[in-house]
Amino acid sequence: MRTFPIGGIHPSDNKEWSKDRAIETLELPSEVYIPMIQHIGAPSTPIVKKGDKVLTGQLIGQAVGFVSANIHSSVSGTVTSVDAYPNGQGQRRIMVVIKREGDEWVETIDRSTELKRECTLTPQEIIAKVRDAGIVGLGGAQFPTHVKLSVPDGQRAEVLIINGVECEPYLTSDYRNMMERAELILTGVEILMRAVSVERAVIGVENNKPDAIAHLRDVIAKGNYRGIEVMPLKVRYPQGGEKQLIAAVTGRQVAPPPALPISVGAVVCNVSTSIAVYEAVQKNKPLIERVVTVTGKELKTTHNYLARLGTPVSRLFELAGIPEGDVKLLNGGPMMGRAIVDITAPLIKGCSGLTVLSGREAARGTELQCIKCAKCVAACPMGLEPYLLSKLAKLQKWDVAEEHNVVDCIECGCCSYTCPSYLPLLDYIRIGKQTVMTNIRARAAAANKK
Amino acid sequence: MQTRLFAAPSPHIHGGEKTPRIMGDVVLALIPALAVSIYALGWRVLMITAISIVSCVLFEYLIQRFLLKGRNTIGDLSAVVTGLLLAFNLPVGIPWWIVVIGALVAIGIGKMTFGGLGCNPFNPALTGRIFLLIAYPVQMTDWTTSVPDALSGSTALADFKLQYVTNAVSFDNHNFLDMLLGDMNGSMGEIGALALILGGLYLLVRRVITWHIPVAVLGTMIIFSVCAAIPMGGAMLWQMPTFHLLAGGALLGAIFMATDYATSPMTHKGMIIYGIGIGAITMIIRLWGAYPEGMSFAIFIMNAVTPLINKYCRPKRFGTK
Amino acid sequence: MNELLLTVLTLSVLGALLAVVLYFVAQKFRVEEDPRIDDVEKMLPGANCGGCGFAGCRAMSEALVKRDNIAALFCPVAGGETMKSIASFLGKTAAEKSPMVATMRCGGSCDKRPKVNHYDGALSCAVVNTFYVGESACAFGCIGYGDCVHACKFGALSINPETGLVEVDPDKCTACGACVKACPKGLFELRKKWPKNRAIYVACRSKNRGAVVMKACKAGCIGCGKCEKVCQFGAITIDNHLAYIDPEKCKLCRKCVNECPTGAIHIVNMEPLAKEPKPAVAAKPATPKAESAPKAVEATESKVVTAKNE
Repeated sequence: MRTFPIGGIHPSDNKEWSKDRAIETLELPSEVYIPMIQHIGAPSTPIVKKGDKVLTGQLIGQAVGFVSANIHSSVSGTVTSVDAYPNGQGQRRIMVVIKREGDEWVETIDRSTELKRECTLTPQEIIAKVRDAGIVGLGGAQFPTHVKLSVPDGQRAEVLIINGVECEPYLTSDYRNMMERAELILTGVEILMRAVSVERAVIGVENNKPDAIAHLRDVIAKGNYRGIEVMPLKVRYPQGGEKQLIAAVTGRQVAPPPALPISVGAVVCNVSTSIAVYEAVQKNKPLIERVVTVTGKELKTTHNYLARLGTPVSRLFELAGIPEGDVKLLNGGPMMGRAIVDITAPLIKGCSGLTVLSGREAARGTELQCIKCAKCVAACPMGLEPYLLSKLAKLQKWDVAEEHNVVDCIECGCCSYTCPSYLPLLDYIRIGKQTVMTNIRARAAAANKK
Repeated sequence: MQTRLFAAPSPHIHGGEKTPRIMGDVVLALIPALAVSIYALGWRVLMITAISIVSCVLFEYLIQRFLLKGRNTIGDLSAVVTGLLLAFNLPVGIPWWIVVIGALVAIGIGKMTFGGLGCNPFNPALTGRIFLLIAYPVQMTDWTTSVPDALSGSTALADFKLQYVTNAVSFDNHNFLDMLLGDMNGSMGEIGALALILGGLYLLVRRVITWHIPVAVLGTMIIFSVCAAIPMGGAMLWQMPTFHLLAGGALLGAIFMATDYATSPMTHKGMIIYGIGIGAITMIIRLWGAYPEGMSFAIFIMNAVTPLINKYCRPKRFGTK
Repeated sequence: MNELLLTVLTLSVLGALLAVVLYFVAQKFRVEEDPRIDDVEKMLPGANCGGCGFAGCRAMSEALVKRDNIAALFCPVAGGETMKSIASFLGKTAAEKSPMVATMRCGGSCDKRPKVNHYDGALSCAVVNTFYVGESACAFGCIGYGDCVHACKFGALSINPETGLVEVDPDKCTACGACVKACPKGLFELRKKWPKNRAIYVACRSKNRGAVVMKACKAGCIGCGKCEKVCQFGAITIDNHLAYIDPEKCKLCRKCVNECPTGAIHIVNMEPLAKEPKPAVAAKPATPKAESAPKAVEATESKVVTAKNE
């Protein structure tokens, strides 16, 4: 069975806490906060103002430039404010606040539930629809999908890889989508194949989800989906990383940055993104809701919700019943999720799960000295030396860190996870990566001026 | 009770591996060899081992407390491992005060001067042993034991050396099965070959060590000794490598001493180069050097080369060939 | 005996030969350097802090000796006097710069700016800043893990355990600017150093609206503009809901201090003005005023104590 070539760890996934919870549609929120940046790239411009009436699915934030994404209202009602509000990390971002009144949708959206498979659009038309719908990578990276699908001139996609790995521990939203909405995923895959003009698509699923693999294969056979193959992969974190997944599926490694996946002929999309693409192209429905897992060891109940974007996360936590005492709330899973410190923050496009860790689970061990055990080196999926990069960043030796390829780091956290001395390796490597990237950009800008 | 929100950068969970647990595993892996040693050489083994461990821990505590004024680090159990390994490298008849001096050198000079665990360029236990070997050569090579039927005062390797220089090598006196089970002269820890192998397997299973260093060391020794045996031919071709693997500190060194984290390379490729270096130097000393045993010196020399290996053996960057 | 002699002779001859070789090599590869560079380097403080913009004191002294016009070069650590003597030694004119001192512009102490979460990661402000705003609800305030303290080579910064804020010892501060670079929130500013270490500044960097500031911190600047109005010298400007006192224009009149409703304007080593005979209005500003004055005294006292301990 295939997997990626170097590094990786085996954290206990604890998916059994929520994997058998069917997707529930969350009640409509009374108020939504919709940030104008829910993607990688330039923030969108709000095109509504206080007092405006909006419909569900109406465009409220216009993308700025190519690498950006449209933002749509997820409810119908009145705009009560366009101002800076804190996100989950307490940083203030421009958000459109809408007070919900009923649930009236934009007319062009087809709200029927029947599957519409036929698609005769050209790749350009599909990409335009995806762009208009404001679709970004729903696995967590939030990279605008239309950018991914626009294959640059002179390059050709050979295979479409669909990410059904969900290697992040605890989370089950992709799994539930594969179990309950396989037809939508596969139709979405067909559309995506059309968009990037490939004959072959591979859905990578880790073999800790044998029922999802069987179900997808079953639906493919019954629905006669051509050129789509489900590939079971050996369980290993971070298999869901774009480069790791490409290496696992095709055996080819994407060269170090700035090379992109298309350089080895691959385009990667998440299974949930595939559903969004289907809905955008076939039903004219913009990205206004997503499936999100709410999970944690000490929660009274775990859930997989289909929730409108912009719903305050406090509502989701409330329904799950946060345990009293010390807790750590995460936007995402325990390996790559971000800690939430302001629960008034809204649900955003890239949030595939909300994880609740008790203080005990989340508490970090006491830092000891590095014993040079090389476990981080063996665990790094990018072939870096985390112990060294962390030290260099601590000493602010940015140029040496750059020589040691700190920008390759995908922030998967394998190094910190394995360190027997509990060193916060990634904490410092992240500073190093950010600083070096800033330096590189500054150099490029200076070179451009000349 | 009020809800308090925790915040930290990702990752938010940990694999649970801890330095004290790793060191504990090493101690556990050494217990069978200790048991064999006690069985073969008597209770004095336990006494010397205890003295060594206690003095190592005590010196680390005192140095950390009064000289470096840092956090108490004896809880990481690394001093226990150093003490145990130091004792394993000593002959059973050694006076107790030499053990204490060895512990002082091992911890004081070998480890704490460089900043403690992880910063030492040389294996602390080896530093102690080599110091004692040079400072107290008589006591350190006195193999007469308290066991009555241990006849000769020399080790198998010393006998071999004598035979090798006079071109009269013969392994007829050696019963390889006895050597495997621990019936030979030598340092306290190196005589139970089978027990050491068992310990090594345990460490491999627990992922404390990887196979690269032991296999590279022992493999190189096998190749070397087979080459050395070619002129003699015949049964020598298998007797020679078997003898060299079982005699002296080959297994103890390859499995427990050379794999010390701080002093071995960080990448698997580097580990193999390091292991080949140790195996080759050991055999060179055993065959042509002045000392009958070369394991300690080989590891010590390769410890010095480790930073260089680390510099040139980087892990393979993802996406490059 | 012969052998001994031979050994001694061989070694002596060898030594002498090599000495000759060394002499010629040294002559051939000699680097001509202005001897004044060494002299100037000795006159500089030798802290190698980089405050002048050069890699170290050696690089600075090279620049001083080699450049014709050294008006742009200034060592903040040595100060004006030393620069003058260096300039006269070199026969050039030195830069005139008034002494500066680093100022930490956040007054959100533990009691005024409550913690709303508990940080559990690596103890570094830069790490905190990589992913969220910090333990309080204010996105602009002092994080309190002391990146600046580590960056300061002169021991001028310390964290007051009671307030959780960084304090500057103006006597030790050399205005090298290391803290300005180290603080991820940009809280430090090099400000004019008044006699007797007096100072007045707005201890807040929050560009949020007043209501948002008040929610997160009781000591923040809410941008009300009262200070701007009362200032007769036009030293105070308000930008992005945040007041700024220009040290070049300020005359230390302290009228603004009494006006500030949140006590965000800090004065150091000065008494606040006497209360104005307007009890109804003055009652409110009196509270922060009364607090800030003893705090300044306390701060200096505690510094004396730590200095003794060291």
